[in-house]
Amino acid sequence: MQKVLEGNHAISWGAKASDVKVIAAYPITPQTQIVELLSEMCTSGELDAKFIKVESEHSAMAAVIGSAAAGVRSFTATSSHGLLLMHEMLHWAVGARLPIVLANVNRAVGPPWNIWTDQNDSLSQRDTGLLQIYCESNQEVFDTTLQAFKVAETVSLPAMLVLDAFFLSHTSEIVDVFGAETGKKYLPPFKPVDFLDPDNPKAFGNLTGPDYYYELRHKIHKDHLRAIDVARRADAEFGKIFGRSYGLVEEYRTEGAETILVTSGTITSTARVVIDERRERGEKLGLLKIRLFRPFPLEDVRRVLTRARKVLVIDRNIGFSIGGIFAQEIRSALWNTRVHVPLFSFIAGIGGRDVTPGVLNEILDIASAVEYPEQETYWIGVKDEELSYTGR
Amino acid sequence: MRNFPIPEDELMTSGHLACQGCGATQAMRFALKALGKQTVIVMPACCWSVIDGPFPHSAVQVPVFHTAFETAASCAAGVKAGLDMRGDHETAVLAWAGDGGTFDIGFQALSGAAERNDDIIFACYDNEAYMNTGVQRSSATPFGAWTTTTPHPHTKSHPKKSMFEILAAHRIPYLATASVAYPNDLVDKFRRARGIRGMKFIHIIAPCPAGWKSAPEKTVELARLAVQSRLFPLVEVWQGKYYLVKKDLPYKPVTDYLSQQGRFAALSEADIGRIQADIEERWEELLRKEQLGGPVPGNA
Repeated sequence: MQKVLEGNHAISWGAKASDVKVIAAYPITPQTQIVELLSEMCTSGELDAKFIKVESEHSAMAAVIGSAAAGVRSFTATSSHGLLLMHEMLHWAVGARLPIVLANVNRAVGPPWNIWTDQNDSLSQRDTGLLQIYCESNQEVFDTTLQAFKVAETVSLPAMLVLDAFFLSHTSEIVDVFGAETGKKYLPPFKPVDFLDPDNPKAFGNLTGPDYYYELRHKIHKDHLRAIDVARRADAEFGKIFGRSYGLVEEYRTEGAETILVTSGTITSTARVVIDERRERGEKLGLLKIRLFRPFPLEDVRRVLTRARKVLVIDRNIGFSIGGIFAQEIRSALWNTRVHVPLFSFIAGIGGRDVTPGVLNEILDIASAVEYPEQETYWIGVKDEELSYTGR
Repeated sequence: MRNFPIPEDELMTSGHLACQGCGATQAMRFALKALGKQTVIVMPACCWSVIDGPFPHSAVQVPVFHTAFETAASCAAGVKAGLDMRGDHETAVLAWAGDGGTFDIGFQALSGAAERNDDIIFACYDNEAYMNTGVQRSSATPFGAWTTTTPHPHTKSHPKKSMFEILAAHRIPYLATASVAYPNDLVDKFRRARGIRGMKFIHIIAPCPAGWKSAPEKTVELARLAVQSRLFPLVEVWQGKYYLVKKDLPYKPVTDYLSQQGRFAALSEADIGRIQADIEERWEELLRKEQLGGPVPGNA
């Protein structure tokens, strides 16, 4: 069934198609429409779920941790400061091995207040252990909701799907959706490994000393690595049933490409257009979209990027002093290979500033003019700061 | 079968890690006797996180989910929703928190669950300070008490937060105070709570010899004196309106209670006078509320 949906509603439809049983959420711009539509779905009965309207995001995550521990499929959504408030409980969900799915609408972090998109909220949760999948279109958002549950439940780890504020969350596109009955063909009812069962009483998460804790963290690490192939298979299986799959990373026109641009989220769509235009002019350009960020698809990234002569990474985020976060990850992925590829790290679009074809052309022009980066990190489009601060 | 009001089944085992004379273990033992096997405990950081025993042990024979400090109520609400969606409407969900996880860091989530009327029992075993971390003051610490963060001569300068009144103001279906010195009463209250839908709050005074600087064998006596001095009256409230105050107990001056605890060793005569006056004022207020609410409705 085709519908015109904004990205936020595509998530609500995805949660419904996943037949979630408990939702707990707190409103925050630009995530709010997700929970508004889910509230309506629960009220009308088209979605048979309990919706706990908690008093904070911290409680939202705590509540879905409780419901997942009780053995039912659980979902929440948030953005920016809400995600940051959840931080402690993200670690808890991982340590408790609960396959909760969280939708995060990428929004900049204050101060100053800014409701527009960038990735520092989700990327600052990098080491919590949540799986992270970045989406490019509203169709991908819907499809990824189901895929996220599939992977999360297979490896007993929580997953976060991520979409750009406004560029996806509030932008309407045609999305092919289905309901829970069709969803079951791909995502059968959740069968927890363990749950809070009075007939089989166990204690979960009690005090664990150095003799065991180390191995428990090693198990999470191993399951993260296992999740790479699980995610690959989950995506392929989705493709077989519904005719759409996305890969863990996506190569776009990388055949014979000497320069490969690395993107995530909606910047990818703009980059496709720019690559097409410059390819027509004979430039040997290609694109690598990173969809799965955690676990990091190391081999896929290496396979594609070691073929290039230059790698250009665009980051809508910043690790202050060291540079773009995707760039750091990719730089480290390329280290233990026999190939040395110069890596150009570009910062663009932070705080929701538009990343236009012009911005991407500027980036490509900078990299094509030199053999080797002249700066560790290029900030694109920075205004004269004195002027912009004084408002003159 | 003897005619004994407290079930003989023990759902709490020996081998737990509590200190000698711990009031919190008594509280758990009797609460579980009342609630029975069909119970799930949600446990935030508190003394009981340790008392229950390290992995792979547990000192209770019901499922326990350990959760972060401030999440007893929100996590319990989630567990209840999850059980409901599994079709299990029988299992009681017990959030079991210390005073820090109730009065301080857990307060927001507790207020949220109370306002939503989530169908859980929230029990606070109150030992009146952060005992697990080594006796730091909480907002449950009484006026004049020594703790490691209210050292002499700057003992706690403000009175204890009245959680009971705050929860009553949420107009939840049922709230009660209890004392480990009155196990029959405590068991009754947990049983009553189990039979009521919606939010239940039970506030248990649970002496802590290590933090109160009292003799371990005095725990029950202190828990009794707290009640008899009217410092910690035994009360039940339905819907935040209908009060039932236990009034037929012998009255003891608060000095009997204070003088047996090292944490109050530095109280002056004036301090004790202030505490006594506060007790009397609150007791009168409680009786007025009981009168104002009128008889407890039969359907409450």
